[in-house]
Amino acid sequence: MARKNINTLFIANRGEIALRIIRTARRLGLKTVLGVSDADVNTRGAAEADVVVRLGPAPSSQSYLNIAKVVAAAKDVGADAVHPGYGFLSENINFARAVAEAGMVFVGPEPRALDAMGDKLKARAVAIEAGLPVVPGGEAETAEDAAKIAEKTGYPLLIKAVSGGGGRGMKRVDKAEELTSQIGLAMSEAEAAFGDPRIYVERFIASGRHVEVQVIGDGKRAIHLGTRDCSIQRRFQKLVEEAPAPNIPDDKHRAIEAAAVKIAEHLNYKGAGTVEFLVDAETFDFFFLEMNARIQVEHPVTEEITGVDIVEQQLLIATGAPLGYRQRDIEFLGAAIEVRINAEDPDADFRPSPGLVTKAEWPAGEGVRVDSHIRSGDSIPPTYDSLMGKLIVHGSTREEAVARTAAALKSLNVEGVKTTTPLHARIMDDLRFQKGGVDTRFFEGLKNG
Amino acid sequence: MSNDLPLSPEDVEEITSILSKSSYDVLDIETARFHLRVKRSGDGFTQEWSPIGGDPAKTVASAVEPEVAAEEDGLLVIKPPLPGTFYRAPQPGAPPFVKIGDKVTSDTVVAIIETMKLMNPVHAGVAGEIVEIIPENAEPIEATSILMKVKPE
Repeated sequence: MARKNINTLFIANRGEIALRIIRTARRLGLKTVLGVSDADVNTRGAAEADVVVRLGPAPSSQSYLNIAKVVAAAKDVGADAVHPGYGFLSENINFARAVAEAGMVFVGPEPRALDAMGDKLKARAVAIEAGLPVVPGGEAETAEDAAKIAEKTGYPLLIKAVSGGGGRGMKRVDKAEELTSQIGLAMSEAEAAFGDPRIYVERFIASGRHVEVQVIGDGKRAIHLGTRDCSIQRRFQKLVEEAPAPNIPDDKHRAIEAAAVKIAEHLNYKGAGTVEFLVDAETFDFFFLEMNARIQVEHPVTEEITGVDIVEQQLLIATGAPLGYRQRDIEFLGAAIEVRINAEDPDADFRPSPGLVTKAEWPAGEGVRVDSHIRSGDSIPPTYDSLMGKLIVHGSTREEAVARTAAALKSLNVEGVKTTTPLHARIMDDLRFQKGGVDTRFFEGLKNG
Repeated sequence: MSNDLPLSPEDVEEITSILSKSSYDVLDIETARFHLRVKRSGDGFTQEWSPIGGDPAKTVASAVEPEVAAEEDGLLVIKPPLPGTFYRAPQPGAPPFVKIGDKVTSDTVVAIIETMKLMNPVHAGVAGEIVEIIPENAEPIEATSILMKVKPE
């Protein structure tokens, strides 16, 4: 494949990830151009980028999500490549195509891979093709279909609306006798809520962990950078992530990593990606959930235990370079934890808390890394998400990482807005978390959670 | 491109390592792009970044908490619970929650405010008749903005 030079990189994102990309790009000697909305003109990312271009008004639809504006801005400044970060346009096939059509490199996987992983049913089909285990189940049009699938999944099982999301239209069935009536109910509810009666039956995993594998691939070969555990979530939002996933038997751990590499190679995956699995916390059976074809919020914990700069790898792969690492070059050192500091009030049902940050004293010290765009005196606009920074802590053991995170949280001082800091202090203090390997129901048992 | 590279997290870690072996408690670094203060805090350190020309020691007064309702010209006003984007209807194309002339009670949902990707219902908080709706649909509003005026019953 022809190698492409990247001299000027356009960053089509904001917040901490924009700053994170600028940092690596400048270390590599690239000129950095940041596209900003009117709300982000005076941000830390804008101060640290070499060139700042205004995209448009604060609402994302008129700035960060506007494909035509972003592509034109990048083209205008003579960018060779566009890094989309996470969220916004990062997994948008039309954006990836528009960037390429304008003669620039999209720092991410090819549209083909974005498409394959773009919807959950499609991704599941690809995973089955690649030989990965998926949660037993299938689509059912009638109660008879559902009964057949139930024979394979066993009980308890979950009925989901194919068009549903966020827990809506989901039913748990514990016994075969309940199936027919629950199917009828689920189908009429799905029809009413989504205009689509199709349902999906799958095995219910009572105690599940969310484990994911970071992979990088050059289109031919792929390697993994180990696991992350993101089981501590609230309303499907990750709050704490760690690497490696703790307390998983070695053989299962290796099998999960191998499965992730397998699907990446099956896709001839080019770039950095994350393969997510649901892991049964009791049996450690694991099932493919989805693949995120972009850099993820929680990538730093992997960087901390491997020493690999994932943004650098994305940029190198985007130039057409083959992977610079073999699997055996990757060594895993210690444990790392990331806690998300969000501008939310954990004591008032996580109500958003935008506004002026009068003081932002982040922790520093041995093993401590802070990825944040918020300085003292910066404002957090109500227009975007509430992530104001990530505290990432590395230790030679998990125990040390937990203790260091707890200590760092004590010195974290943000004034002017409410943050999730006190919640994280309670999590670090929780015996179940300290032991390691909690499931996604962690919050139900958290003291003052 | 100027040569003042942004400091990496590793650089900050190294600064704390140097400080910890010294008798100094605070270190200030300023370049054309940033101001960084690294300071001892308990057993560890803190890092505080501030915009150029900003004084990290200086604190600015916090924003005033929004009032839920206040009286003006004999009319009651409805203010948002949070700053964000004002929407008159639950989804595009749907009929608005309320129109001028509608009667509301304290619990009536009159609008939604989208803040940080979350939809927050706005309750009237007062009872009466809607006489004026101030922001346009999809307009950004502050926590201190007045959304609607209500003639009390």
